[in-house]
Amino acid sequence: MKSQDVEPNYGKVFGTFAKNSLIRDMTFRTNFILQCISSVGWTLMNVGFYLILFQYTDTIGAESGWDRDRFFLFLATTWFVNSVVQSFFMPNAEEFSELIRTGGLDFAMLKPIDTQFLVSFRKVDWSSLSNFAAGIVIAAISLWNLAHREINPFVPSIYEVFLYALFVGLGIIIMYSLMICLSATSVWLGRNQTLYNFWFYITNFSRYPMEMYDRGWGKPLYGLFTFVIPVLLVVNVPARILAKPISPRNPDELLMIGWAFVAAFASVIFSRWFFYRALASYRSASS
Amino acid sequence: MLPAPIRLQWKLSSWMMIFRTALEERLVYRGDFALGTLMRFLPIITQIFLWFAVFDAIKSNGNTTETTIGGFRFQEIVAYYLLTMLGRAFSSMPGLASGIAKQIREGEIKRYLIQPIDLIGFLLLNRIAHKFAYYVIATGPFALVFFLCRNYFINGWPDAWTLVAFTASLLMGFLIGFFLEATIGMIGFWFLEVSSLLFVYMLFSFFLSGHMFPLSLLPDQVETFVNFLPFKYLAYFPAAIFLGKIPREDIPMELAMEACWLVFFIVLCRLAYSRGVNRYSGFGG
Repeated sequence: MKSQDVEPNYGKVFGTFAKNSLIRDMTFRTNFILQCISSVGWTLMNVGFYLILFQYTDTIGAESGWDRDRFFLFLATTWFVNSVVQSFFMPNAEEFSELIRTGGLDFAMLKPIDTQFLVSFRKVDWSSLSNFAAGIVIAAISLWNLAHREINPFVPSIYEVFLYALFVGLGIIIMYSLMICLSATSVWLGRNQTLYNFWFYITNFSRYPMEMYDRGWGKPLYGLFTFVIPVLLVVNVPARILAKPISPRNPDELLMIGWAFVAAFASVIFSRWFFYRALASYRSASS
Repeated sequence: MLPAPIRLQWKLSSWMMIFRTALEERLVYRGDFALGTLMRFLPIITQIFLWFAVFDAIKSNGNTTETTIGGFRFQEIVAYYLLTMLGRAFSSMPGLASGIAKQIREGEIKRYLIQPIDLIGFLLLNRIAHKFAYYVIATGPFALVFFLCRNYFINGWPDAWTLVAFTASLLMGFLIGFFLEATIGMIGFWFLEVSSLLFVYMLFSFFLSGHMFPLSLLPDQVETFVNFLPFKYLAYFPAAIFLGKIPREDIPMELAMEACWLVFFIVLCRLAYSRGVNRYSGFGG
């Protein structure tokens, strides 16, 4: 038998994982519906907060161009990225630290499939995708408003929509890499409770237009979260491509787009290296 | 039956024991604890930049007078967020409701039915001990952050009278938080699984307590309504007292209202417990 004959079919394996998770979710249907409702409740609360905010101001940041409709497009982008991360990666990252703590990782490593793949895609939390739907609604309303405003109506081109989707995907890759790195550190630390809070606190920065931080004592943060841990690019780059807050585009913006492209690849390579580095230090737990 | 003074003494010593055990249990993880507390302030950094950008935009529109939103200036909003952290340090009860529900589900609650210890009293004392341990460790990080952010408190320290009212509101906030969450936990007597319900409650409480933003930013009618709810005592109310956002002459009345809510929740919690115990049936050992 040739070696490639026993290579697992990754697409099929993932399909089975997704199906199993869906079956599980549908077994506890009321719980599933309640989870969807609470996700949508969280969305509504955020929308409410920003609507209140825009009662008092026209834009977020002077001359930044982030007016109400454009900012809601930004918010929708945040929602897309977060819902994908929460559906596909979050449950697995939580499980991964648990596997390390309990020694269950032994079994994952023995299986004839890439360990990183197995660890990162085993579970899907379908209810979190309700936030993706909420994101679509927010994006649709803000695009409609932008197209129908009296002064400067605005419709993004097909080309921009395509780039938007591409960079949302790259943003998700950056988030995935960060999450894998954070959960891999539990090989050394054992405990990871603070780590998860840390994840939320870091990604909290990505939720707003990045130029906001580019002043005074925010500059080091701006640099850190753009160039070292590139979470600021995740939402900002696609949202700027689609919403175009400043028109014509700033030349810096093109540089940022290029950098986001590089950063996504660099972070996925780094996370894979880091993951295997962590596995090499793994010394099973009690059997 | 033992004479009353001895009974009281016996009770006191057992309460002391519970308190000491809970305190020691808590101090085991102090390093993780202190770090966790410090990190909890990180989201405030985002809030500072967000609100600066908002106020900056308003100012650049040619607004020359001192800009306020819902009666708050920029620095006051930042101070507000810091103070709500303090309010939440008193009123938040992590794991209380879910803990009660779990004890009901797994039958552990039987213990309190046969032992001469009152469940609610036991939990309250435990919680006081946990909070006490928390303050011992969290004072450092809190003091550090408040010191670094002292410039956001543009009015400096409030006078002694306000500080007394502030302290009273924090302490009552703690008790309201406790009895409110304990009542929710008692729902476990009726529905065994309350985790989704709890999550919905947490969402509402985050919004309605003013943890997300000062309640005075809400549109007028909504604000009037939200002001009638007890959630504001968990975060908004103490912070608003400290920052002088509640007219001085209204404070005694407001505190009295808070005390009424507290009594309401104590009664409700007791009632839910006794009703729940009546319909409870424990099986097995």
